[in-house]
Amino acid sequence: MSIIQIIFLLLSVMAVGSALMMITSKNPVNSVLWLIVVFFAISGHYILLNAQFLAIVNIIVYAGAIMVLFLFVVMLMNLNAETEPIKNRRLQLIGVTSGGALMLIIISAVSKIDVEQLVQINAGDSGLIKVLGMNLFKNYVLPFEISSVLFLSAMIGAVVIGKKEEIDIKK
Amino acid sequence: MLLAIDFALLLEKLILVVVVVFASLGIAMYTTFAERKVAAILQDRRGPNRAGPFGLLQPLADGMKLFFKEEIIPNFSSKFLFVMGPALAMLTACMTSAVIPWGDKIDFFGRTVDLQIADVNIGILYVFGVVSLGVYGIMIGSWASNNKFSLMGGLRAASQIISYELAMGISLIALLMITGTLSLKEMVVQQQHGYWNVVLQPLGFLIFLVCAFAECNRTPFDLPEAENELIGGYHTEYSSMKLGFYLFSEYINMFVSSVVMATLFFGGYDIPFFDESVLSPNLAAILGIVALMTKVIAFIFLFMWVRWTIPRFRYDQLMHLGWRILIPLALFNMLATGGVILFFNK
Amino acid sequence: MQALTNKAKQVDRAPMSFIEKMYLPAIIKGMSITFSHIFKKKPTINYPEKTRPFSPVFRGMQILNRDAEGRENCTACGLCAVACPAEAITMEAAERQAGEENLYREEKYAAKYEINMLRCIFCGLCEEACPKDAIYLSETFTPADYQRKQFIYSKNDLLIPHPQENPEAYKKALGNRANKITVN
Repeated sequence: MSIIQIIFLLLSVMAVGSALMMITSKNPVNSVLWLIVVFFAISGHYILLNAQFLAIVNIIVYAGAIMVLFLFVVMLMNLNAETEPIKNRRLQLIGVTSGGALMLIIISAVSKIDVEQLVQINAGDSGLIKVLGMNLFKNYVLPFEISSVLFLSAMIGAVVIGKKEEIDIKK
Repeated sequence: MLLAIDFALLLEKLILVVVVVFASLGIAMYTTFAERKVAAILQDRRGPNRAGPFGLLQPLADGMKLFFKEEIIPNFSSKFLFVMGPALAMLTACMTSAVIPWGDKIDFFGRTVDLQIADVNIGILYVFGVVSLGVYGIMIGSWASNNKFSLMGGLRAASQIISYELAMGISLIALLMITGTLSLKEMVVQQQHGYWNVVLQPLGFLIFLVCAFAECNRTPFDLPEAENELIGGYHTEYSSMKLGFYLFSEYINMFVSSVVMATLFFGGYDIPFFDESVLSPNLAAILGIVALMTKVIAFIFLFMWVRWTIPRFRYDQLMHLGWRILIPLALFNMLATGGVILFFNK
Repeated sequence: MQALTNKAKQVDRAPMSFIEKMYLPAIIKGMSITFSHIFKKKPTINYPEKTRPFSPVFRGMQILNRDAEGRENCTACGLCAVACPAEAITMEAAERQAGEENLYREEKYAAKYEINMLRCIFCGLCEEACPKDAIYLSETFTPADYQRKQFIYSKNDLLIPHPQENPEAYKKALGNRANKITVN
C-alpha cells in the first residue's frame, strides 16, 4: 500500500464514521460538529484528487459559513436531546421510504463501479483554479450565469427583507 | 513507496514549522506585554515595570500565574467540548502562518531553504479558510459553558465574523484581480518589482483593515467579550490556562492578521525604495525578515492604538457598518477595479 | 435660565453631514489626540525608588524620643493619653532604679507605652501635650499588616534608635520635623 492509499483509507473511515456519528447522535450540536468533521474528510479527498481549490472552498463555504449558521441556529434555539420531540408513525414511515429510495440509488450507482480501479488519485488538474475558471467561463457559461442570476435574486431578496424591518422600526 | 519521501525536505519543513510556531507564540507573548505598555503610555501611565528589567519578564509572570490558577470545569457543561473550545481557538490561530512567506530564499550550507512552510497555489484562500474556522473555538466553548452570557458572546462572535468575512472576501477579490494569483509568495514578488498593493487598492485595504479588526474581536468590535454587558462573553466560565489560551489566541490572531496585511498590501518582506538583488541572497533574506517584522510591529501598534482610542460599537451599529456600508463599498471597489483593469488591458 | 458661566454648550442634534457619517475624520482626530499623549509627562512616581517630598506639617507615625545621651525622655505623666481624642494611647509608669540613669532621663519612666494605630487619627495633639518633648509625629507611614493585633505598637516599636550606638538611624528617624523642636 502506498502512503496515498493509506491516507485515502483513513479519510474514508473518518468521513463514513463521522457521518454515522452525525446521524446517530442525540444532541443536535454534536450532530453539527460531526458534520463539520465530515466536510473536513471530504476536503481531504479533494486534495488527494489534486483539487485544492475545491477543497478550500468546501471548507470556507460549508465548514466556515454554512455550518456556523447551522450551529448558530441550533444554539440560539437551545435544542437539546431532551427537547427532541418523538416523531409520529407517519413521519417515521415517510422518513424510512425516502431514505430507502436514496439508498437504492446509491447502491445502483456503486454496483456499476469498475472494481479494478477503486481509488482514483491525482485525477488530472480539473480542480485547479485556472482550469476550473476556464471551464466555467467557456464550456459552462450558461449554467454558471443562470446560477449567478439565482444568487443575485437571493441577494436582492435579502436586501428587501432587511429594508422592510427598518421601516417597521421607524414606525 | 513509503521511503520515497525527501527526508531532508521533511526535516527542513519540520524545523521551519517549529520555528514559525514558537516565534509566533513568543511574539504573541510579548504582544500582551506591549499591549499593556502601549495602553499605559497612551494614558500617561508607566505600565508594568516590576518583573525584570523594564518589566520584560511580565509575560512570563502572567503565564505562570495562569498556569497555577485553579482549573474549574462547570458541572453541567459538556466537558469534552469545554476543553476543545480553547484548543480549537489556539489551533486555528497557529495554523494560519503556514502559507506566509517570511522571507526570500536563504542559503544554508549549500542548501537553498525557502522561508515559507508551504507555497500552495491557493495561499490566500487557505488563510481565509482557517480564519473562518476560528469562530468554532469561540462558539463551541461558549455553548459548552452552559451559561447564558457565554452563549450570547458566542452568538455575537459568530454573526459578527460571518458578516465581516463577506466584506473581507469581496475586498480580497478586487486585490486578486490585480495580482492574478492566489499565492502569497508571488504577490510579494510582484510588489517587489512594482508598486505596493496599498497604492493600487487603498479602499480595498481600508475595508480589509476594518474587517481584520472585526475578525480578531479587537476593540471597537470586541462585542463577543464586552465586559460591561456580558461579564466576559464567551470566556466567562473559563479559568486557568484554558482562559489563557483564549486570550493568547486573540494575540496570535492579531499577529497573523498583521502579517497577512503586511504581505498582501505592504509588500511583505520587500524593503521599500531599495533593490534587494544587489545584496548577497542571505543578507537580503535576513533584511527582508527584518522589514516584514517592522511592518508587522507597526500594524500591531495600530491595533493597540485604535483599541485605546475608539469606544466599542453598539451591536446594531456593528451590523449596520458591516452589511450596509462595508459590503456595498467592497462591491463598488470590486466593480471599479474590474472596470479599470478592462479599460487598460484591452 | 441664565447660565452662571459661559462654559455650557448647546447640544447639537442636527443630522450628521456626509463627512461626519464617514467617521474617518473623527477617528483620525481621536487617534491624533491619543498619539499626542505619548509625548506627555507622566505624573506617576516610581514609589519605592522615589518618594514624594513631605510637606513640613506632615504628621506620620509617632516616635518616642531620646535625648542626646540616649536616655528616654518620657516620664509617663499621661498628658498625651489625656489629650488623645481617639484614646489610642495607654501607658504604665514605673520608678527608675539605681543604675538605670543612663536609660531614663528622670526618676519616673514608662514601663509600658502602647499606641493603637488603628485608633490613632494622627492629629498630633499628643505631641502638643507633651511637656518633655518625648513624643512627636515623624515622617513615616504606619506600614500595612495582616493582623489587627499587629497594629498595637509597643514601646519597642515606637522608640527612636539610640543616638550614640546608631547615629545614622537616629538621624533618619528624627527627620526634619525635630529641627523646630528645641532639645533641652
